[in-house]
Amino acid sequence: MKADPKGVLTGAHYLDGDYALAEGALAAGCRFFAGYPITPSTETAERFSARIPYVGGIFIQMEDELGSIAALIGASWGGKKAMTVTSGPGFSLMMENIGLACMMETPLVIANVQRGGPSTGLPTLTGQQDMMQAKWGSHGDYEIIALSPDSPQECFDLTIEAFNLSETYRVPAFVMTDECVGHMHERVIIPPAEEIELVERKWYTGPKDKYLPYKPDKDMIPFMVKAGDGYLFHTTGLTHDERGYPVIDAECQDFCVRHLCDKIRKNADKIIRIEEEETDGAEVIVVSYGITSRVAIRAVQKARKAGIKVGTLRLITVWPFPEKRIYQLAKKVRAFVVPEINYRQIVFEVERCTAGEAPVIHVPHCGGWVHDPEEIFKAIKEAAK
Amino acid sequence: MKKEDLLEDRSPIEDFLRMDRIPHIWCPGCGIGIVVTSFAEALRKSEIDLDKVAVVSGIGCTGRVAGYVKLDSFHTTHGRAIPFATGLKLANPELKVVVFSGDGDIFGIGGNHFIHAARRNMDIIVICVNNFNYAMTGGQVAATTPIMANASTAPYGNFEYPFSLPYLADASGATYVARWTALHLRRVTKSIQEALAKRGFSFIEVITPCVTLYARRNRLGDGLNLLKYYYEKSEIQHGADTRTLDISYQGKLIVGKFVDIEKPPFLDCMNEHLAKVLGEKYQAYGV
Repeated sequence: MKADPKGVLTGAHYLDGDYALAEGALAAGCRFFAGYPITPSTETAERFSARIPYVGGIFIQMEDELGSIAALIGASWGGKKAMTVTSGPGFSLMMENIGLACMMETPLVIANVQRGGPSTGLPTLTGQQDMMQAKWGSHGDYEIIALSPDSPQECFDLTIEAFNLSETYRVPAFVMTDECVGHMHERVIIPPAEEIELVERKWYTGPKDKYLPYKPDKDMIPFMVKAGDGYLFHTTGLTHDERGYPVIDAECQDFCVRHLCDKIRKNADKIIRIEEEETDGAEVIVVSYGITSRVAIRAVQKARKAGIKVGTLRLITVWPFPEKRIYQLAKKVRAFVVPEINYRQIVFEVERCTAGEAPVIHVPHCGGWVHDPEEIFKAIKEAAK
Repeated sequence: MKKEDLLEDRSPIEDFLRMDRIPHIWCPGCGIGIVVTSFAEALRKSEIDLDKVAVVSGIGCTGRVAGYVKLDSFHTTHGRAIPFATGLKLANPELKVVVFSGDGDIFGIGGNHFIHAARRNMDIIVICVNNFNYAMTGGQVAATTPIMANASTAPYGNFEYPFSLPYLADASGATYVARWTALHLRRVTKSIQEALAKRGFSFIEVITPCVTLYARRNRLGDGLNLLKYYYEKSEIQHGADTRTLDISYQGKLIVGKFVDIEKPPFLDCMNEHLAKVLGEKYQAYGV
């Protein structure tokens, strides 16, 4: 389906990443936003609160992030596309109910404008330190989808993508940006509404007494209804059967957990988006995401001038991780270089996927600023040896 | 004659319950079932469209209510039923959203959400079953445990001041506040009916027996003994000053309807304010 023109601010704009997240949400048909102020993400909530009265929908500033995420799940079951924005400490507070959203198979979008951590860390300075938390932060086994924009334009584009994926797979989707992209002003092109393709969850329309909220369809994704439509359904955070009824035993746990994970794992090829440049015949491949992939360009260009064959692989979706592609490349390259603004996170995933076929050189940065491209260049030189 | 044709074999409450989930998990003598019965009776008497009623529960014994009522029903996380209900109500304003949970859930871990939903005058009903302890986990001390009462994590008796729930609700901005005990079945029903007919944040506290834990640990006897206590020590004082409603250990229980006022709920405030400030450009929501 096409976007509703009401929410689409078609034209060329000069926006920061935070504002672009809000515009992406509105274009994607998000009509419910619950949030709590936290640097460096607050501008998204401010933008949404200023825009939504003209579009028709709800902005509510909740009492805390626990409330924001709970309200999002409720709103999604009330039939609205729902979003919040936060940063590290708020993301931590949301973890328990992210598990609930996964368990209830609830579409919703969370943008995390990352800052340096742990704890209060660096409220105003950048980091990419919640990348593993996005995947593993809530307890138990589950899968989510996470995207990593490298520009305000992608904050807009990938927020729409996050909504589409979230609705398709009935799973929370995260837009994992950072302070640098969030506060960076750039040109953002918002296309006409008719050029924006949107996906909605599969609505169940069959007989009321036959509805099973957790019966996987052929594509593994169960049909959804909203509260108030007369299906009188039940949903719970407890391990549940196809009816949504709690069943506290190992057999049902197996059905429930495998389903939550497999619906993403088995569709990973459809979800994953990466951007490769000159990876064919490359000796070294730089794997990066978000702002760091832009910083790495300088180092890559310098290395190419120095005669090193360097390819780049940019993760647009970080979760699920492109494990097959990394393994394929691992058998061909001399080494990988992974720069990221944290002290070893996604590098673990690259190391895992190479399965010992190629060494991985990490270029850490503990946060507060982006890399000096020279550090990445040195790592590329080292890798090419 | 077939068994199902015998009228007395079927209770009218069955229309409101997921009979495929019965028997329930509650202990013999527990008061939660009484409150559920009152709720079902209130729905029946209100002749409300059941398709438009949703129940949201948190975690704990009372948290299980959502799993037994034949309505759109959500069994959420510990303490977060109220913000979940807030999102649900705002996303689909035609719903009557009822939060049904316990004292530990709503006033222990979820207390902050309670006061903010009341402050906003969110148009939801909160029914709190208060059994003075955390029962699901084995009778630990709660924010409602009276001073002197024994609990598994207050083995020498509680010395913390408990919340007075109606006082807190009133101070936070609730437009309807009532307290009853599980003995006051018909009055609970009437309060729920009044709350269903009202727009705004309604709060109903129902003091109930927890025979297995609170009563046993404090040697208060069985369910009947507790109901007898409610009978002897409860005193109906409609409109009582909410500052006077503290509960002491086995002391007097002042019950009644304390607050019933009119005040525009959240969505009315939002629509009215933004229409005034933004004029015709404002896209009114949920009307």
